[in-house]
Amino acid sequence: MGSLLRIVGQRLALGFLTLVVVSFVIFVAVNAMPGDFAQAILGQGYTEEAGDAIRKEVGLDKPYFVRYFSWLGAALQGDFGTSFAQASFTAYAGTGTGSGLGTVAAQLAPRFENTMFLATVAATIAVPVSLVLGLLAALYRNTIFDRVVNIFTLSSISSPEFFMAYILILLLAVLNPLLPSLSNIFDGMSFADRLNRTLLPALTLTLIVTAHMMRMTRAAIINLLASPYIEMARLKGISPMRVIVVHALPNALAPIINVVALNLAYLITGVVVVEVVFVYPGIGQLFVDAVKNRDIPVVQACCLIFAGAYILLNLTADVMSILSNPRLRHPK
Amino acid sequence: MSALTTIAAIVIISTLGGWMFRFAGQKGSQNAPYFRDMPYGVAVGYVLGAIVLLWLAKTYYLGTTLEAPASNQYFFFVKAINLFVIFALVAYVFRIFGRHVGTAGTKKLFRAMPVTAAFGVMIIIAYAVTAIFAGVIAPHGQDQVFALANVVPGGDPALGGNPDFPLGTDQIGRDILSRLIYGAQNTVGIAFATTLLAFFIGASLGFLAATLGGWVDQLLSRAVDVMMAIPSLIFALLLMTIASAWAGSEKGILTLYMVVIIAVIDSTRVFRLARAVGQSIVVMDYIEAAKLRGEGLGYLVFREILPNATAPLLAEFGLRFCFVFLTIASLSFLGVGIQPPLADWGTMVRDMSQFINFAAFAPQVAVAPLLAAGAIALLTVGVNFVVDWMLHKSSGLKE
Repeated sequence: MGSLLRIVGQRLALGFLTLVVVSFVIFVAVNAMPGDFAQAILGQGYTEEAGDAIRKEVGLDKPYFVRYFSWLGAALQGDFGTSFAQASFTAYAGTGTGSGLGTVAAQLAPRFENTMFLATVAATIAVPVSLVLGLLAALYRNTIFDRVVNIFTLSSISSPEFFMAYILILLLAVLNPLLPSLSNIFDGMSFADRLNRTLLPALTLTLIVTAHMMRMTRAAIINLLASPYIEMARLKGISPMRVIVVHALPNALAPIINVVALNLAYLITGVVVVEVVFVYPGIGQLFVDAVKNRDIPVVQACCLIFAGAYILLNLTADVMSILSNPRLRHPK
Repeated sequence: MSALTTIAAIVIISTLGGWMFRFAGQKGSQNAPYFRDMPYGVAVGYVLGAIVLLWLAKTYYLGTTLEAPASNQYFFFVKAINLFVIFALVAYVFRIFGRHVGTAGTKKLFRAMPVTAAFGVMIIIAYAVTAIFAGVIAPHGQDQVFALANVVPGGDPALGGNPDFPLGTDQIGRDILSRLIYGAQNTVGIAFATTLLAFFIGASLGFLAATLGGWVDQLLSRAVDVMMAIPSLIFALLLMTIASAWAGSEKGILTLYMVVIIAVIDSTRVFRLARAVGQSIVVMDYIEAAKLRGEGLGYLVFREILPNATAPLLAEFGLRFCFVFLTIASLSFLGVGIQPPLADWGTMVRDMSQFINFAAFAPQVAVAPLLAAGAIALLTVGVNFVVDWMLHKSSGLKE
């Protein structure tokens, strides 16, 4: 048990180190941007004093590494700084709102919650459906069912997210008005209403992620079916369903858990395009807007959150596959 | 509520029908082994498939016989079925053609080819021809603006179309058909160049890491680990922000920056594969022999390792191309990818996406954005079908 804790601890430490390095990469990349922010904001009205004041307010006057560590330290405490767009507005208008609305964290918090809601709804639909489909495809492999499922999943993997999204809008919102095509979500909505408006983007994500998970589940199980103990179970005369569910599935759990975690990680980043299509108020949309406006603190914070979630889920996949595989649990 | 009753009816019919189908089959064929050993699930599957086919036939019939306002709902459905049937037939004929024409080698190749792969090969050839001869095929220029904006596709003047513009014009009066054709050249061409660049970077560094080992390998591998820890679309968006700041008002150079950025991000995946393949080749005896002969690094990488690594790298090339193509399309769709005046499918979808909302009463209007998005999807589907077939063939995974 001690060695197990040590392996997991090592993975966690490695994950944390990756996160720190990634944050540094993000910081360096963002600071490689040319031009002066204060100049860009003030434009025609640029004066030396006003520029200095803005630089001071957003902390651009300090040296490079000081800025990195103060940014990282604050970010770890949940403070992502002040959105440039908001900060410059208060500086330019001369009145501080003081209510904290301009901070990146205040902008991010509700959107983060929305994005997590969307990802959760998508995952709740996608995981069971894809596992069942994967099992069935492995059970009835090389039949017409398997081929039809194969063609459909391959097509939905290869289509761009926005194509799937518009096809779903066309079918479920325009031609048969069942669901709203715009997901305008606000505070104080009832849960059912919110779910109703989240369903279409969630379905889009589900279509894309399900295909991946289902194909990998099928491959993981079929890979196992060649092993001798499956042959043995078959020769005993057990039904094909029982062979797969009782004998193959427990051993296929490690790769399947891996696949699920990886696809959840994909979900986190796949939301960007889907949120833009459905105007869903999540982090993805905020990120794309910030990219267009070059709002550096928001871009940094969003990148860090996406990378963090991605690393965390990959780490979970790693740890789970160690825990579910005795051969990795007791390394020689 | 009616949806729920429909679903319940389908479930009941298929569970009962499955049993009846198997029973009838057993009785009708004097207990032939096929029906005797048929699992219940398969029987249900046949009945479900029959229900779906009947529903398809009924909807298609309604879509073709009803008059204009009522048939609007089925417009896309009918078009999709028509396209599907046409594509399937052409792919089938293409495969038959391939089986009887050509050298013995290609005939053998086509004999073992599934219809999906034939379909994929056909799609790739069609796109390549369109991309190469775009300037000859397209009726108008890609950035040529006409006085007639928002012409409805279909070319029927009664419905707001114009025979000069078979697929209509966009909001500022550019011919959509020409832009779609030039889009093949721009989008596919740029994606292809990006993939080539990614392979050049990734494969040469990967083989280098495999051959040299030691600190070079460690350095490159750790750098790739860090880059792969950031989701690729997010990383691409971040770098595009910076690139757009560097490019300033020169939009043309932004496309070039995008090619380099996506190539570098994607080369990490190629690096992983090339390194893994290279490492298993480096330990071979013939590499040892070449080293003892005193061959240089360049000879080792390009004359010994590369020829032995082409098969896995080729399959990877197809997959990478799809990824790059989709990433570029997504970036363009988000507004930071290929820049105007170049015609590009992702940008076209974004610009014309509002037209979809008119589908219920004027389905022709909604065709244009779907065509651009469908063009992207069709190519990636085709490439994936071919790659799937190649992987299946080379892996020897028969079960």
